[in-house]
Amino acid sequence: MTTQTVPAIECKHVWKIYGKKEKLAHQAVLERSLTKEKCLETYGCVIGVQDASFCVQPGEIFCIMGLSGSGKSTLMRHINRLIDPTDGTILVNGIDINQLSEAKMRKLRSEKIGMVFQNMALLPHRNVRDNVAFGLELRKIPKEKRWEIADNALELVHLSGWGDQLPKNLSGGMQQRVGLARALASDPDILLMDEPFSALDPLIRRQLQDQFLELSSKLKKSTLFITHDLDEAIRIGDHIAIMKDGVLVQTGTPEEIVTHPADAYVADFVAGISRLHLVTARSVMYPAAEFSARHPDQELSHLPTVAETDDLDTLVELMTDVEANRVAVTRNGRIAGVVTRRSLLRGIQGKPPERMNGQAPAALTTKKDTITA
Amino acid sequence: METPLFSIGAYISLLVDWLNVNAGLPFELLSSTMEGSVKLLETLLLWPHAFIVMGVFSLGAWRIAGLRVGGITFFGLLFCFAMNLWKATMLTTALVAVSTTAALMVAIPLGIWSATNPAVDRITRPVMDLMQTLPPWVYLIPAVILFSLGRAPAVIATAVFAIPPALRLTTLGIREVPSDQLEVGKAFGAKPSQVIWKIQIPAAMPSIMAGVNQCIMMSLAMVVLAGLIGAGGLGGEVVRGLTRMMIGVGVRSGLAIVILAIIFDRVTQGMVARTDPAAS
Repeated sequence: MTTQTVPAIECKHVWKIYGKKEKLAHQAVLERSLTKEKCLETYGCVIGVQDASFCVQPGEIFCIMGLSGSGKSTLMRHINRLIDPTDGTILVNGIDINQLSEAKMRKLRSEKIGMVFQNMALLPHRNVRDNVAFGLELRKIPKEKRWEIADNALELVHLSGWGDQLPKNLSGGMQQRVGLARALASDPDILLMDEPFSALDPLIRRQLQDQFLELSSKLKKSTLFITHDLDEAIRIGDHIAIMKDGVLVQTGTPEEIVTHPADAYVADFVAGISRLHLVTARSVMYPAAEFSARHPDQELSHLPTVAETDDLDTLVELMTDVEANRVAVTRNGRIAGVVTRRSLLRGIQGKPPERMNGQAPAALTTKKDTITA
Repeated sequence: METPLFSIGAYISLLVDWLNVNAGLPFELLSSTMEGSVKLLETLLLWPHAFIVMGVFSLGAWRIAGLRVGGITFFGLLFCFAMNLWKATMLTTALVAVSTTAALMVAIPLGIWSATNPAVDRITRPVMDLMQTLPPWVYLIPAVILFSLGRAPAVIATAVFAIPPALRLTTLGIREVPSDQLEVGKAFGAKPSQVIWKIQIPAAMPSIMAGVNQCIMMSLAMVVLAGLIGAGGLGGEVVRGLTRMMIGVGVRSGLAIVILAIIFDRVTQGMVARTDPAAS
């Protein structure tokens, strides 16, 4: 991606402190690096978001992952100014939204930003079609026109024909698809999704994630997606930010976060994550020379091969298919290394391959590193 | 009689006297509007044959609240007719209709305002508390002084008496709209007025209708009491029975009032149910 494009969303040093003396507390935290507890004690202020900076590029899905109370929903509500920041700048398509008048802000909300809520928040007294058309109705778009748009949006989420039903006649999963259709109806540039799938049972959640990804690759909306589920963040996000106690502790691609956790907190989180689709063969191989020195009797050219950018899943597939104990890894058509059963299993565990001949192996590398290398 | 050390009543009676002398015109206007509305409605109800009115009411009740309520309405009204209380019943209906309308015109807007504005709420809340605890008779005294005897003071005292429950239930309904629905409004670019009209009022409708129901029931109770100040209708019949110790008259008109109460209540209950998306 080029650096010239204006980010869809950009947050620069956003702070949100709740309490009457928020400005004072903010000063104190900045100057004397007051802890959260001290801040509450001295100023009676709660820090919701602390110095959050991130960028969502046009067309990408950016996930903010954190446990409940970590401030992720609060942070999201700054993007459409449902909450005003204590300090910091929020740019949407390059426009500083905190400089906008109320009327301009309403226009921005209704035309450029769609939002999906955790509890669907459909209006119970309106049928599905009128729920989807709600934003258009606020903009006084004529009935015929807005119903047509609403029906198209319902078709996008595979709910054609449900327009006349009341929300309560729909299952949770369907209701959330209505919520998504409502956000899409005004064809916004930006989607804000606040834990949209968290209230659903796992099977439906998975289904909706897939549908959403499919839709997203078609529509290319810049999406800020909030979740408390790291698996979901990894499945959906192009970039992920991990949030803890109001602080963004790490921002990066899913691969970066899984393979290079910034601190013990993130490491703890990613410990249980399946690496099968995230880690590449390069990361778990022994260099060819090293391997040959240890096993001079092994003719490398007889081994089955994979490319160094293939993921662990491909390796598992191959090793179980041909009953091979060793697989050669090629780089630019030449054998660069060997993966053994043992190094593969270690890789799946998330541990680097063990030393061979007393040499320390390279740290786990990622798909992204390989591509950019 | 002993004179009290401090009498708020003295000040209030001063105020009422002052109003009576100096602000005659607005009261005159209000009075004649009420008087005229009741008269018009009464004429309208008594103009066709009783059976036509019965039929129209029963069909309406059937449409709104179902066949059972339609049946109750028809036989109830037939009973009133048979007891030779048709005129009184229709007059009471007209009195209730006019005073309820007047009460709702104040209660609903004020209720919405109280729900959305804490400063207004701080004023309406104690006023409503006071109005609900005052014995209903008390309303009749200033009404008579300001509007003399007859239907107008009856309707106005009734309307004032019936405001609190409607206002309270409106406020409650608006307040209970889940905050995430309000957030939806804001997030999709709604103006504050659009949030009220398109989200809060529709969502509060069941509660507002419950308020309408309460308002009607209170009106009916008060209109009967207003027989004392010459409002006429079923209340007048009750007063006649009471003052002349005519048991028959009292029981008959009492029964007719019960019938009217049941009809009004069931029909408005039906309206409450129709506005509730969770019930249909």
